[in-house]
Amino acid sequence: MKFLMIIMTSVLVNNYVLSRFLGICPFLGVSKKLNQATGMGIAVTFVMLLATSVTWPIQTYLLDRFNLGYLQTIVFILVIAALVQFVEIVLKKYLPALHASLGIYLPLITTNCAVLGVTINNIRDGYTFLESMVSSLGCGIGFLFAMVLFSGVRSRLEDAEPPKAFEGLPITLIAAAITSLSLFGFSGVATGLFGG
Amino acid sequence: MTKVQNFLKGLIKENPVLVLILGTCPTLATTTSILNALGMGVAATVVLLSSNMAISALRKVIPDKVRIPCYIVLIAGFVTAVELLLHAFVPSLYDSLGIYLALIVVNCIILGRAEMYASKNGVLDSAIDGLGMGCGFILALFAMSFVREVFGAGSFCGIEIPVLSRYCIPILAKTPGGFLVFGCLIAVVNAITKGKAIKKKDFGCAGCPSAIVCGKLSCTDEAKVGEEAAK
Repeated sequence: MKFLMIIMTSVLVNNYVLSRFLGICPFLGVSKKLNQATGMGIAVTFVMLLATSVTWPIQTYLLDRFNLGYLQTIVFILVIAALVQFVEIVLKKYLPALHASLGIYLPLITTNCAVLGVTINNIRDGYTFLESMVSSLGCGIGFLFAMVLFSGVRSRLEDAEPPKAFEGLPITLIAAAITSLSLFGFSGVATGLFGG
Repeated sequence: MTKVQNFLKGLIKENPVLVLILGTCPTLATTTSILNALGMGVAATVVLLSSNMAISALRKVIPDKVRIPCYIVLIAGFVTAVELLLHAFVPSLYDSLGIYLALIVVNCIILGRAEMYASKNGVLDSAIDGLGMGCGFILALFAMSFVREVFGAGSFCGIEIPVLSRYCIPILAKTPGGFLVFGCLIAVVNAITKGKAIKKKDFGCAGCPSAIVCGKLSCTDEAKVGEEAAK
């Protein structure tokens, strides 16, 4: 039940992109086409899961044990950067087909604040290892969901003719505001359903 | 370019948030109140100034191939320092900024300036550039938070405004309002600069701050994928 609630919360209520403002850059940059948006979303989910599975043990068994909590930021960003590089090399060597479709998004993810955000948040929320993995999965799915949803909105935007000053980014942001408004309706749903 | 011009370009002409569209996440997330926004702005400026100076001082020592990881480690070090200082001396701000303080590490403005400016220029110029960009960031955050707090919550720096607080628009202080106000602000800047800002940073891969990390390779690859998909 707790897992369901974590997933529900991270996908709909606390959606990383649309209500916590993490990972806005890829959300705005790569959401023009549906296939690219899906690719980016899957790659982010994958890296989030992988990063959590590495950073959680590091935090619990290394940093906490030796009172090195203040090194969290440095260690996490380095681990994520190294991990992304490593995954890219492995994919290139052994799964070239997957690399061709997802590989190009991987370097973009290193500086994605959603990935660093999810790893730090899992620690701050005091989740166990399994809960952290579920929450990362939820956040990844939430990210994918937001990307797919927004790529649909954006394809409609292409035909629109906004005032000159609003062309490009401004009108996209306003569309994002309306998309985020639609998720806004879910606030309170998780606590209402699961009594948390 | 004189030193004054170098400083001023960050404020308006190359404002990191409103023109270069860097660092959107903290801009949207921490601007619900003016004090939060200013705290975020100052913290990021301190990190930007020190990382710009350090990177420019070390630019001849750092090997070209591993420069991005080096920059990230330097920046993360400064961010940790700022985090510890805030935790010790301004705990209330530390609590309200929460995770976004740690996320200054991945703030694209800082890595962006390191790559675009500090790695090619002297220490003094880089410091001025960092200071200018930081002030531009603070300015943009202030403008955003001013609209969102005054009209969204009807207060200014936590002090209630008599009439406005009864007729405020709460949605502006919530998530959708962040996107909305940001979009409108960029539109205002576009209108003032008569569209020059849009042309310069056509939105897409060039506007993507990660472009500096992924380099030309991925971006051209991505453009190719896009073209193929279009076919």
